[in-house]
Amino acid sequence: MAYSDKVIDHYENPRNVGSYDKSDETVGTGMVGAPACGDVMKLQIKVNESGVIEDAKFKTYGCGSAIASSSLLTEWVKGKTLDQAREIKNTAIAEELELPPVKVHCSVLAEDAIKAAIEDYQSKQSD
Amino acid sequence: MSFDLSSDFFHLFGIPVSFSVDTGALMQRYRELQQVVHPDRFASSSEQERRLSLQYATHINEGLRILKDPLERARYMLELKGVHWDDDQATLSDPEFLMQQMELRESLAEVAEQSDPLQAVADIIADVDTIVQQNTRDLEALLQSGQQADLEKAKLQVRKMQFLDKMKAEAEALEARLEDEL
Repeated sequence: MAYSDKVIDHYENPRNVGSYDKSDETVGTGMVGAPACGDVMKLQIKVNESGVIEDAKFKTYGCGSAIASSSLLTEWVKGKTLDQAREIKNTAIAEELELPPVKVHCSVLAEDAIKAAIEDYQSKQSD
Repeated sequence: MSFDLSSDFFHLFGIPVSFSVDTGALMQRYRELQQVVHPDRFASSSEQERRLSLQYATHINEGLRILKDPLERARYMLELKGVHWDDDQATLSDPEFLMQQMELRESLAEVAEQSDPLQAVADIIADVDTIVQQNTRDLEALLQSGQQADLEKAKLQVRKMQFLDKMKAEAEALEARLEDEL
């Protein structure tokens, strides 16, 4: 199966790889996994006082499409409000990366990861 | 010769519907079944009978494949109880479990930098085995209970087992590569 140039680009030069301290109050952490392929994805957002995502980092163990999906997503969420970030759909990721149908689940994983990260951040604020 | 292709594999093999399977009895029954339907016995039979015998043989092989493997067996037992899998769409979001998976992946990625890589990968495989054993015990208890609420938990447990299976396969592949380099 051929990867698109965009997937290869993100795979070879992943953006925003890394970790934040997950106990930091301004950080939201989303962890998701895909049992079918064993991929594990961690996506973290750093949110400022006005509720805007300042920065995002990810760490993904999985195939090229899973890495590219999370890498692209960290680029997209920067500068977005939490509500805007929650609106990002996996189909947009799949389209941007030209993922073949068998790899669309990688983009689903990325969408679930950002939603989980936002939830985690918000649950920290309400404590 | 006649088989009910719609009966479940446990009945086909004449063993109780249970997660714990007597492998000896399973293999014994498999050989008996395969003897009955073996295509050689139908060499001079009609076209239709030959086709049927092949269909039965395939069905029996599929049954053995599923009943022999704990993960496949658990999935199958849950399917019999009406659980659907949707593997492509399924995601797991148990942070504690996933963090553990990520840590195992990290140690696996760092094996080559260890002073004794072979020992390091053997340690990881041992860790995975310990987790698998615990999960298998949990899964068995959930499948045994038969309560509706436990079905969902069992499903989740099977999902975790899928991760662990992949992890173990990758660790073993790495171990084989390291051994080749020696």
